[in-house]
Amino acid sequence: MTIIAQHGELFVILACLFGFFMAWGVGANDVANAMGTSVGSKAITIRQAILIAIVFEFLGAWLAGGEVTSTIRKGIIDPDLLKSDPQLLVYGMLASLLASAIWLMVASRKGWPVSTTHSVVGAIVGFAVAGLGPGSVHWTAIGQIVSSWLTSPLLAGVIAYLLFRSIQRLIFENDDPFAAAKRYVPGYMFLVGFIIAMVTLLKGLSHLGLPLGFGESLLLSLGIGAVVMLIGILLERRIGRTKKSDDRFSFSGVEQIFGVLMMFTACAMAFAHGSNDVANAVGPLAAVVSVVAHQGSVGASAELPWWILILGGGGIVVGLVTYGHKVIATVGTGITELTPSRGFAATLAAATTVVLASGTGLPISTTHTLVGAVLGVGLARGMRALNLRVLGTIVISWLVTLPAGAALSIVFFFMLKGMFG
Amino acid sequence: MVTSNPFSALFGRSPFQPLLEHIDKTTECADLLLEFFEAAHESDWSRATELRNRISDGEHEADELKTRIRLNLPNSMFLPVSRSDLLELISVQDKIANKIKDVAGIMLGRQMQLPDSMVGPVREYLQTAVATVHQTRQALAELDDLLESGFGRNVSEMLNHQIRELHRLEHLADDQQVVVRRQLFSLENELPPVDVIFLYQIIDWIGEVSDRAERVGSRLQILMAR
Repeated sequence: MTIIAQHGELFVILACLFGFFMAWGVGANDVANAMGTSVGSKAITIRQAILIAIVFEFLGAWLAGGEVTSTIRKGIIDPDLLKSDPQLLVYGMLASLLASAIWLMVASRKGWPVSTTHSVVGAIVGFAVAGLGPGSVHWTAIGQIVSSWLTSPLLAGVIAYLLFRSIQRLIFENDDPFAAAKRYVPGYMFLVGFIIAMVTLLKGLSHLGLPLGFGESLLLSLGIGAVVMLIGILLERRIGRTKKSDDRFSFSGVEQIFGVLMMFTACAMAFAHGSNDVANAVGPLAAVVSVVAHQGSVGASAELPWWILILGGGGIVVGLVTYGHKVIATVGTGITELTPSRGFAATLAAATTVVLASGTGLPISTTHTLVGAVLGVGLARGMRALNLRVLGTIVISWLVTLPAGAALSIVFFFMLKGMFG
Repeated sequence: MVTSNPFSALFGRSPFQPLLEHIDKTTECADLLLEFFEAAHESDWSRATELRNRISDGEHEADELKTRIRLNLPNSMFLPVSRSDLLELISVQDKIANKIKDVAGIMLGRQMQLPDSMVGPVREYLQTAVATVHQTRQALAELDDLLESGFGRNVSEMLNHQIRELHRLEHLADDQQVVVRRQLFSLENELPPVDVIFLYQIIDWIGEVSDRAERVGSRLQILMAR
């Protein structure tokens, strides 16, 4: 108790620094994965992608990031066991932040496709098991998180498959695909707006003091969907039928229409990513702040201070601006096998899965969800070639990241414990 | 910071682009064969030699493309079409250029001259064979364009249309072959017998060019049937 009182401000400052460092890493690296498919399909330019990412990552973090943050903050460790030694939680969370931020740096330098979520969860579990004993961990919660890492790519894959099949059915197999695209694409735009708004309103807004009922949320989401659709129709009007001589079904015009749609899905993806991944940086930070603010009472049901999510969102934006644009450029130009229609199916499926998960508070990996979605489109025979060996690399990075994050956080935990007592 | 991103790596290089490159080389060879025929007709053997060398180079490049496609089609690729169909397609495709090279080779080697009355019909016959190759190229190119729709109903309609055209051209070549053969038969007694044997061979081989081009179309159909 006295340690907290003595060093409280230092702990908060450290937590803010480490949290910002972590958020910077997320922005510098992870965002590129989220935006890569949109840039790669040439639907939006890199400049547009960065602008969209800045605005919607931030909005996602601020509006819908609360649920996942609270899972990271208090869903993994049993707070009751820490009543007598609240400083241990502070050390642990600081160690977790530093550990995963450093692991993220190292892995990125080496080019390993690690997940920020995995490293944070691994780090928290690591220090908890080593420093507090295995009993301190909510193993059922961990089980849920781990199983969601399997189910989320699967779910995203299924949604992407169905979406792409529906595009095939409704548009590509139509006798006049261009007219069909003009007719049906606004429907997909509505879907984008509706799903994102619905999940956000239902789950995200309570910490802003705007608790809405199911009916109100539904109505509001329908409205938002309609607004998105209207904007889309206006943008779509500008696209004329361009006939290429060798393009009998004017598929290039169809892809142009999907390009408009892609802009909305890119926004949705950035929003989804911000809502889920900001928690990786902000969750531990929030835990530290809450313990210090309540003079060491760990279990207190503290509200999430508003500035914490803003700090996290800001960190992501800074990371994106200072470094992420380079990564987006690399990823975006590397992916040439995506057309807007396929990119749309993959990205919307991933975004939907991620916001759903954010709504229920599950921390999932955006990267892996997107990979699942891309595979789903591939299964619908939409991709010309996918490299399955990369899947192996990703699975290995899953297996490595958990223990690596855990080991690093254990080291830092005992360092901090030695320093402060 | 990122050296190899999992995303850019996830998208493998499409095998259809090299397939198109390969058929492009083949059509180039076919066009050269027409020029070669004219040079041979005018007994301009130095130009004919140069053209044959260019055909041979083109065939060689096509061969290398084929090998590269075969070697670079790793098992770790997830493709929208069956791997074995693709391999089959490329070897069928590759045989067109081989035959074109053979025709040019034997005509140059024997410095063959057609009887004047036959030049016109054989030229037309050869033009049809070359048109068949072009038609094959077009079917493949459109298939590549339409891949992005994930092979819907339209794609099979398009392909059927292209293949019907391919079949029509091949049939035309067959008819022209019959006419040319009949003509040669009536001239047989006036020509040196060894020349006649090789003339029959040339006529056969030109027919094989269009045959093989049509076979690529059938392979495409098989490719789409799954």
